[in-house]
Amino acid sequence: MTTFFNLTLAGLSSGAVFAALGLSLVIIYRATRVVNFAQPALALISSYVAYSVTKGTGSYWLGFAAAIVVGTVLGIAVERLLVRPLRNAPELSPIIATMGLLLVLQAVAGMIWSNEPHAFSYAFDFRGRFSAADLFAVLAVLVTATGVLLLFKFTSLGLRMRAAAFNPEVARLLGVRVGVMLTLGWGLAAAVGSLAGLLAVPPFISPTVLDEVFVFALTAAVLGGLDNPLGTIVGGLALGIGLSYVAGLLGPELVPLAALAILVSVLAVRPAGLFGRATARRV
Amino acid sequence: MSITSHEKLLHVGGVTVRFGGLVALSEVSLTIRPRTVVGVIGPNGAGKTTLFNVVCGFIRPETGDLSWKGRPLRKHRPDQLAGLGIARTLQGLGLFGGLTVLENVMTGAGRLARTGSLASLLGTGKSARDERELRDRSMAVLTELDVAHVAQLHPGALPYGVRKRVALARALVSEPELLLLDEPASGLSTGEMDELADRIRALTEKTAVVLVEHHMDLVMRVCDEVVVLDFGEVIASGSPDEVRVDPAVADAYLGTAPEELPSA
Repeated sequence: MTTFFNLTLAGLSSGAVFAALGLSLVIIYRATRVVNFAQPALALISSYVAYSVTKGTGSYWLGFAAAIVVGTVLGIAVERLLVRPLRNAPELSPIIATMGLLLVLQAVAGMIWSNEPHAFSYAFDFRGRFSAADLFAVLAVLVTATGVLLLFKFTSLGLRMRAAAFNPEVARLLGVRVGVMLTLGWGLAAAVGSLAGLLAVPPFISPTVLDEVFVFALTAAVLGGLDNPLGTIVGGLALGIGLSYVAGLLGPELVPLAALAILVSVLAVRPAGLFGRATARRV
Repeated sequence: MSITSHEKLLHVGGVTVRFGGLVALSEVSLTIRPRTVVGVIGPNGAGKTTLFNVVCGFIRPETGDLSWKGRPLRKHRPDQLAGLGIARTLQGLGLFGGLTVLENVMTGAGRLARTGSLASLLGTGKSARDERELRDRSMAVLTELDVAHVAQLHPGALPYGVRKRVALARALVSEPELLLLDEPASGLSTGEMDELADRIRALTEKTAVVLVEHHMDLVMRVCDEVVVLDFGEVIASGSPDEVRVDPAVADAYLGTAPEELPSA
């Protein structure tokens, strides 16, 4: 029973990270129907910025703030410079473009900060069964996710963002500046993704450190429904706990395999996710 | 800017639109004065919806110009329309399926908002008050159209007539000075159409209306002026009585002798 309890706690903090990175994917997917494969690279670059700022100033929190700001700006830049020019291209084009950007940014990170791992600090003490760092990860993600959900549900800005996502042409007629909403959505998503990066990267940062986390985050988003922010948060936490059981009871080497098995099973049995709604698709 | 009923609210002057070799609109001119109802009729493909799309900024005309309250409308975007005071309903309604009825209507009320995106993002007290007011205003319009009881439902589950009213509420909530109605009577019962006619006439206390419609009874009943398009050209315009007896209209649009046209 104690093992079960410990594994559940351990899974919560990693699940929170999957939920946050998954949420950043969902925010963009809802608005543009693009799975942003560059998201882990944006989180990576902002985490490297945090690393440099923390190293230069000695303050973890200055690095943390710089990462969120840089991540937001990067997200906006990707939308304006890479995705928006492709809005009339075939729907696969922006997805392929974000995949390309992932590779480019990982290479750039290696060129600037080297491919060797660097020590990356935790926000708080990470020792113990459910450490202060774990608690911070869970709380930071829950507070952020709640803020995002409240923004979407209860503010006129969130309403305009949702309207722009559902039907851009009609939203325009109602006075919604769809382009601005998309830019804000990408910025917001990248900020959430940067938070996920800062929580996932420690103890070491290297250009490929977020690759596996991204697969788990994508699995969480698919599990919860790519269209469903709340479902993704629940999916992320459930996946984190589930993978923690796999690691603890069957062996850590089976974790990636288990994640992929969940991803494939959900796509095969319930493609809209456990909490998503199936929608018609124009072909 | 206040204007009298003799002034022009919207003026479309000599607008031509071509899609490849097809002339969708040819030298079309139209003037809308405050608090009047103008019907735009014509057979399918006559250019009625294209004309709406030009006014809304979805299509740029090859030649011709538009003005709003005497000021030229150049390269205007669809998202500027609501701010000008122009609202449009769509043939396909275009309600947001993922939003509730109330949220759908609130989306149309953005013109009345006094706070911007940043205040909303930060959740300031002023933006919260603003959102409460928009919510109240939206509920008031839904009540006016007798659909307040479905405010918390999603539009997909509602009967077509109710969805039509919701779409109208969404257009009216911004208190537009000009309302473009694209086939508002399609799919309505006779009773609902009578109600719509009364409502359109009542709107003219505050709003001018341009009505694209196939139901001639409704057009003849509510319009002050009717413009007839055929193959992108204006072939007749005038009062419903004048248009009704115009031989060109009977020939090109209805294919019937003038005496067979419905009377008002």
